Amino acid sequence: MSVLQNILSTEFIYMWIRVATPILLAALGAMVCSKAGVVNLGLEGIMLISSLFGVLCSAVGGNLFWGFVGGVGSALVVSVIFAYFHLVLNANATLCGTAINTAATGLTIFVLQLATGEKGNSSSLHSFSFPNVEIPLIRDIPILGDILSGHNTLTYLALLMVLVCYLLMYKTPLGLRMRVVGENPHAASSVGQNVVKIRFIAIVLCGVLTGLGGMYLSMGYMDMFVRDMVAGRGFIALAACSMGQATPIGALVSSLVFAFFDGLSNVLQVLQLPSQFVQMLPYVATIVGLTIFSIQKSIRAKQKMNKIKAG
Amino acid sequence: MAEALQMKNIVKVYSNGVMANKDVTLCVNEGEIHALSGENGAGKSTLMKILFGEEQATSGEIYVNGKKVNITSPQMAIGLGIGMVHQHFMLVPSLSVTENMIMGVEPKKGIFIDRKYARQQVEEIGKKYNLYIDPDKKISELTVGQKQKVEILKALFRGAKILILDEPTAVLTPQETAELFEELKHLKESGYTIIFISHKLNEIKELCDRITIIRRGVTMGVHNVADVSEEDISRLMVGRDVVQKIVKDPAHPGESLLRVKDVKIVDETGTVYVDGVSFSLREGEILGIAGVEGNGQSQLIDAITGMGHISAGSISLRDKDISGASVRKIRSMHIAHIPEDRMTTGVAASLSITENVIADKLSWKRFVRGGVLRRKEMRAYGQEMVDAYQILCKSQDVEIGSLSGGNIQKGVVARELSSEPLVIVANQPTRGVDVGASEFIRHQLIRARDQRKGVLLITSDLNEVLGLADSLIVMYEGKIVAYIQDVASMTESELGTYMLGIQKQSAAQIKEALHED
Repeated sequence: MSVLQNILSTEFIYMWIRVATPILLAALGAMVCSKAGVVNLGLEGIMLISSLFGVLCSAVGGNLFWGFVGGVGSALVVSVIFAYFHLVLNANATLCGTAINTAATGLTIFVLQLATGEKGNSSSLHSFSFPNVEIPLIRDIPILGDILSGHNTLTYLALLMVLVCYLLMYKTPLGLRMRVVGENPHAASSVGQNVVKIRFIAIVLCGVLTGLGGMYLSMGYMDMFVRDMVAGRGFIALAACSMGQATPIGALVSSLVFAFFDGLSNVLQVLQLPSQFVQMLPYVATIVGLTIFSIQKSIRAKQKMNKIKAG
Repeated sequence: MAEALQMKNIVKVYSNGVMANKDVTLCVNEGEIHALSGENGAGKSTLMKILFGEEQATSGEIYVNGKKVNITSPQMAIGLGIGMVHQHFMLVPSLSVTENMIMGVEPKKGIFIDRKYARQQVEEIGKKYNLYIDPDKKISELTVGQKQKVEILKALFRGAKILILDEPTAVLTPQETAELFEELKHLKESGYTIIFISHKLNEIKELCDRITIIRRGVTMGVHNVADVSEEDISRLMVGRDVVQKIVKDPAHPGESLLRVKDVKIVDETGTVYVDGVSFSLREGEILGIAGVEGNGQSQLIDAITGMGHISAGSISLRDKDISGASVRKIRSMHIAHIPEDRMTTGVAASLSITENVIADKLSWKRFVRGGVLRRKEMRAYGQEMVDAYQILCKSQDVEIGSLSGGNIQKGVVARELSSEPLVIVANQPTRGVDVGASEFIRHQLIRARDQRKGVLLITSDLNEVLGLADSLIVMYEGKIVAYIQDVASMTESELGTYMLGIQKQSAAQIKEALHED
């Protein structure tokens, strides 16, 4: 019973939203890339780099603004490198993404040590975090107020980004062009569109969103950088993006699903279930879901074939 | 009448040395429907790619409305009022008609797309040109004919005055074709200039004002369609160049080896590729399959060799059914296959000649002992093959992909003919192969025939099919339209009339191809 009580508590739901924030931001980034036909495996590395540089720049600059600039700026630089290698030099995207992830692990620890003399975390630095926001009126509503109010600035920004991404993809010329390039690049180039340019923009936008996700980890969720603190969230975001069929709303919903199980694993420790087992659940659910989906699809295709044969 | 477009003495040499256009001149008057005709590989598509800015001419001049232009991108071509309707539609299936049409030239309201206005414009332009399509429908919900309308509208929407249609009827049903012709005539009356690429003579006769014919990269002149007969056009299109004499003894065909009966091939969209084809390949003969490409030959060959499916009918080898069998099963029954595209299905380019020639012989004890390859034996065999098939190379160990086209093809032929076949399916065996290697490969096929094997030869080279084949079937729109027992009695113009669907034999004559008593 205690587990159920835990899950139904306002604290759990508050935590759920907190945990979902970085995944959601990165998943939105992945969504933009995937719509434009780019598989960006480097999200994990981009998050890690921006989480470190956000902390460092805020400490050096002495305020949050410089932290923001450093975090987003570093994510941009890495994204531009990825885009240059993948789009201009035609390197394989999987290779580029893996290279970013591998390099990020070493690079962040190296830079951390240069800056602080330590390899573990940045607790010795005086860095800044994004503030939590109490929303007037809403915070006074019983229960709902405890759940919805008092989150980090970036959490609200992430939710806002779902709307922004939706408008971008479905309401603006750039979004339309990205969707065309992603589905049929020949159609785009046959009407004189520059496929490389559009994909470049998509990768850069993805970098900004993912960078925000990384900064949330070290400047919101926690208030320092810890080595390897991204811990697979970049990959979970990729999974969330595909599970949500690369739509903004889908990314939101599946980020929440993954975050739910993440939160659940904390709660279920009461039952002494290994947390790894619980963390497995969203993936198992995804695999089962996709299997059922594809079985149905092939049955439908067969029926259609039979109809043609009979006709 | 003013000239809308002039392409003068266009030469195009691709970076791999292929000369697609040797000397092409195309003049199109304003407000006419101009046919551009020629065999596959004659250079039509290259010419149109140059006009649309997708390729650059090596030399030559282009004038649009009398002004000399240098077209370097599709965007520029569009800016000059040139619109292209590609044979393979450039549409995005999951998006709506409106979204496909406005892509790249979206009407805006602030930073957003003005959907209402866009939709309205799409609706209006459709109604104006008699090409109405529901603007909200997704492309994936449309029929092929409707998709083509969207493609035409797309070009008109971008302000095209000169429309290029690349074999537009290839994918249409007769009803849709009739509808398209009405629409095109309507466009012509509204002052548009249309370039209609096709090798279907009846369509050219019906629709077009003038015709430019290209043969092997050279224009064969421009004619008023009313002044030339279908036979004239066909002669200009397929006329033979210098004849390469292929020497062989008369064939003595024996029993039937491969029997194809009432085979029908339909894909999941319902497109019919092969429609009730029956024939039989006998031992000791080379049976040619002639036809303009895209008339079902590829699908038929895929079905025979196990690389594609059949929807109805049967294929058997010496009375054993092989319809729908796997490639491995079919090969194990001694059917060899020289595939059409040697680089994708013929060889593994990064492996050595030796590895490629034994790829189908890994079950031979000679090469494998206890699950381990016997390198020495393999290399010796590779050397044998290199010698026997005159493959020009440093050694049998070099990557096969590093050789010239002709020598790669010799490698494919070596592997296939050394696999002890009963039947050899040779699909375009000498395409893109130099003269010397072609002669060698043809000679090998004749030798196989003389050893009482059956050779099924598919080729778009008329010289080859007339010189090499003993008997011949002609395919047109998925059906056999002619069976010629003795190819020696056939003239090329006669073959041309069958290939282009002008003439058709009687059902009884065609049925003889099956050799059923």
